[in-house]
Amino acid sequence: MSEKFTVEIISPDRSIIKTESIEVRIPSYEGEMGILKDHISLITFLRPGIITIVDDKVMKFFVEEGTVEFANNNLLILTSSADELSNFKKTSLETLINEAEKKFENEKITDKEKYLLSYKIETLKNISQ
Amino acid sequence: MPSLDDLKKRIKSVKSTQKITKAMKMVAAAKLRKAQENAEKGRPYSQKMQNIILNLTQSINDPKNAPKLLVGTGKDKTYLCVVLTADRGLCGGFNSNICKLAKTNFKRIIEEGKLLKIITVGSKGLDQIKRDYGKYIIKKLSFKDKKQISFREAKIIGDEIIKLFNQDEFDKCILFYNNFKNVITQIPHAQQIIPAEVKSSDTKEKSLSYEFEPEEDEILEDLLPKNISTQIFKAFLENAASEQGSRMTAMDNATRNAGDLVDKLTINYNRSRQASITKELIEIISGAESL
Repeated sequence: MSEKFTVEIISPDRSIIKTESIEVRIPSYEGEMGILKDHISLITFLRPGIITIVDDKVMKFFVEEGTVEFANNNLLILTSSADELSNFKKTSLETLINEAEKKFENEKITDKEKYLLSYKIETLKNISQ
Repeated sequence: MPSLDDLKKRIKSVKSTQKITKAMKMVAAAKLRKAQENAEKGRPYSQKMQNIILNLTQSINDPKNAPKLLVGTGKDKTYLCVVLTADRGLCGGFNSNICKLAKTNFKRIIEEGKLLKIITVGSKGLDQIKRDYGKYIIKKLSFKDKKQISFREAKIIGDEIIKLFNQDEFDKCILFYNNFKNVITQIPHAQQIIPAEVKSSDTKEKSLSYEFEPEEDEILEDLLPKNISTQIFKAFLENAASEQGSRMTAMDNATRNAGDLVDKLTINYNRSRQASITKELIEIISGAESL
């Protein structure tokens, strides 16, 4: 018996990746979550963070939001924004961080938005290091 | 009988029209391939989204407290119709088909004594609808200057609709667009997006019980607005592919018709040329005979 299950990341305009994996770590809304084969059926959504797909090699994607469904050993991630980490350039990262920080300082935003933004800034800063 | 010169001019003009339609067909064909690809790539996302929502709905225990976007306001008074059309013409029955379907629906809604509100997206639909239903239009949107419609535009419309919904401006929302079946067939389609239409026909996987994190209704509250944007985006993609397909067929027909017309005119032209030659010959011969 193989220990793998299928992973699919789909954005509105294309299917980003479809592969098999041993373990996937996702930044779920209420905390990091690791998924292995035969995990219980699950629906949750994501906060900004990094999706890690572990197979023969490790792939990492930065996501801002998304919905995750796991059923019958099929992991489905619907997100409007997922980029492989290697695609990020240092300069664009800095502008992203700046934008997020500016939004963060705006006092009108709700606590929920603040929570999401803080994760976004943190993840982006981690990437840029 | 038109003179030879007139015929010549007409043939020339038809030929140049044919050149234009041919070029348009080529352009449409090239764009179609891309649009079709996009539409097909976009389908899984919206389908899976629908599936998740279906699963969520089935596991909701207390339908009374479910989000209003899912179950509706409980009223059935005001209808919001969103009509998606193209910004450009010359694409056969594409725009008219959507408008025709929309108008039949408008008529029914009004006859049932319900309130009607219309949002048009794309200038061609607006032109056709505003004559009869102009006073119902509450918003006109157009993305003429955008080359490629992205999810962001769909989100703008989605947010607008949700804002209106939260202000209690309408009870039901229907989306009109063309479904891309293949190059020749596009089916105008009316889809109800609020309250979410949940098809419960395929209940094969119904028994799956999910673990939710956070709670079901919290997820639904996050997911339903997203789903609306997704459905609109899907409609956009289908529409874009349909528009190009429709234009391609229309222009193909136009090119063929122009060809037929040129053939007919050429025969006419040759006939009248022959007739004038014969006439001249007769004149010369009869002139010579009379001498």
